[in-house]
Amino acid sequence: MTTGYQLKRADFIFKNQNDWEEILSKNINRTPQELINELISSELKGRGGAGFPTGLKWKLSAEAVDDTKYVICNADEGEPGTFKDREILSKVPFKVLTAMAVCGHVIGAKEGYIYLRGEYFFLCMELNKAIAEFKFYCQEINFDFTIRIFMGSGAYICGEETALFESMEGKRGEPRNKPPFPSSYGYMGKPTVINNVETLAHTYTIFKYGAKRFYDLGVQYSRGSKLFSVSGDTPKPGIYELELGMSLADFVDEFGDGDTKAVQVGGASGFLVPRKRFNETVIGFQGKLTGISLPTGGSMMLFNSSRSMFNVLDNYLEFFREESCGQCTPCRVGCQQLLNGIKAVKRGEKNARYLDKLLRLAETMQITAKCGLGQSIANSFSSIVENFREEMIY
Amino acid sequence: MNQVADLIKNLADQHGRKRQSLLPILQGVVEQEKYLSEYSMIEIAQELDLPTSEVFGTATFYSFLEHKKMGRYIIRVCKTITCSMKGKNQVLLAIEDMLKINIGETTPDGNFSLLQTNCLGFCHMAPAMLINNEVFTELTPEKVREILSVFINKKKEGGSNDYRLST
Repeated sequence: MTTGYQLKRADFIFKNQNDWEEILSKNINRTPQELINELISSELKGRGGAGFPTGLKWKLSAEAVDDTKYVICNADEGEPGTFKDREILSKVPFKVLTAMAVCGHVIGAKEGYIYLRGEYFFLCMELNKAIAEFKFYCQEINFDFTIRIFMGSGAYICGEETALFESMEGKRGEPRNKPPFPSSYGYMGKPTVINNVETLAHTYTIFKYGAKRFYDLGVQYSRGSKLFSVSGDTPKPGIYELELGMSLADFVDEFGDGDTKAVQVGGASGFLVPRKRFNETVIGFQGKLTGISLPTGGSMMLFNSSRSMFNVLDNYLEFFREESCGQCTPCRVGCQQLLNGIKAVKRGEKNARYLDKLLRLAETMQITAKCGLGQSIANSFSSIVENFREEMIY
Repeated sequence: MNQVADLIKNLADQHGRKRQSLLPILQGVVEQEKYLSEYSMIEIAQELDLPTSEVFGTATFYSFLEHKKMGRYIIRVCKTITCSMKGKNQVLLAIEDMLKINIGETTPDGNFSLLQTNCLGFCHMAPAMLINNEVFTELTPEKVREILSVFINKKKEGGSNDYRLST
């Protein structure tokens, strides 16, 4: 079953954060250019799921000319099957705060926000304590950077960066058109760096050990380690830090319950990989040498043979129907129609060929929806319907 | 209703009267009042000098900003895939049976409301639920009955709102 690339555990993210004061004071005395080059050569890509090169993101915001800029930490962790960011914020908050401050130094921002999802309100008290301690140290070393928490209120779509800005501005969390991108037009129309919690935590690792240490982990195009949120039919659910580039077969070998039928990589907006494709699927970013390469925000849900893939898809589509912001028609109506459609086929009200129409609808949504939510529904929809068509019908 | 007006004024003093202050103010009202009444939304609009429709539009977008009177304890059971697979329905049945309410309803004494919600981010400890801001994980019908009875007894003793269950 295995393809030669064994699972490689890593242990950086949750390693002690006690040296944060040292890391902070050392790095804010380096030039922004130096820090950007370090990040670029580490080849760190965004860990929220989209995988945009972090160094480039900081560079673009640093180059934008404006008196006011912002650093935002995206802690609106809403993707089904993802729970790593909460763990980072509760175990090593100072790594995230330090990374935000260094980013502020690089791009020239004096203010930072952590957009925390409403479901994680219970983290607030501890996090505010950490922020107060952090602020005290910043004042001590005469470094001007303020971090605040902004609470969300239960909306998955606010994890989309421009929807998040809208939400912070006191509006409905509806994604904006892109371009302009956040690096030039973000929160309050100002240049903004918005990074996932885990991405920021990785920059801490890079600033501490240097880019090479990070670059040496993983494989080409997918450098470094990544936290994986493992759940579903597995004897050991939890959070694991692994090097990127592993094959799904190796992953299932380690985490499966011996009867794994399929794995959902990347949450409800990701792909479902059936058993026959475990060997050729590699977990990393696009451009991997062989086979199919799937990016992921870290959500890995395992399903064993007792699970009905119809129920799984039904659950996802209900999720999307509720969480679609309703702004653009392809997503708003598409979600409803996909859900109604698979139910009609299941009940025998529609011919099985109707599934092909639904597949085309999902494809249309992929092209025409305004943001990642609507565009990515086709990922799970098509991969489930194509691989488990029989279960959709009978 | 003056109490609400005072609350809104205080929240506006605390968070500012800019558009960016809207969400924190709405959240503050929901925390105290357990919902946003039409009256609160009109008051907020006046306080921030915004069209009422804008306040209503924002308020109704977010699933945690209720605009129906809710109970003192809002139970939100996660219904997303992993919790669903790990016995969420049995947990729901146990709650419904114990509180004698259905999903979306509030007990007649105004203590508990039962809702379902999307992924809470505790898939590795499924099924999970929130009671107000507190998380409970790896639920079973027995466990959920135990948790609820603690809350019910607490109510009888006339406890305060900041009650925390030691688990």
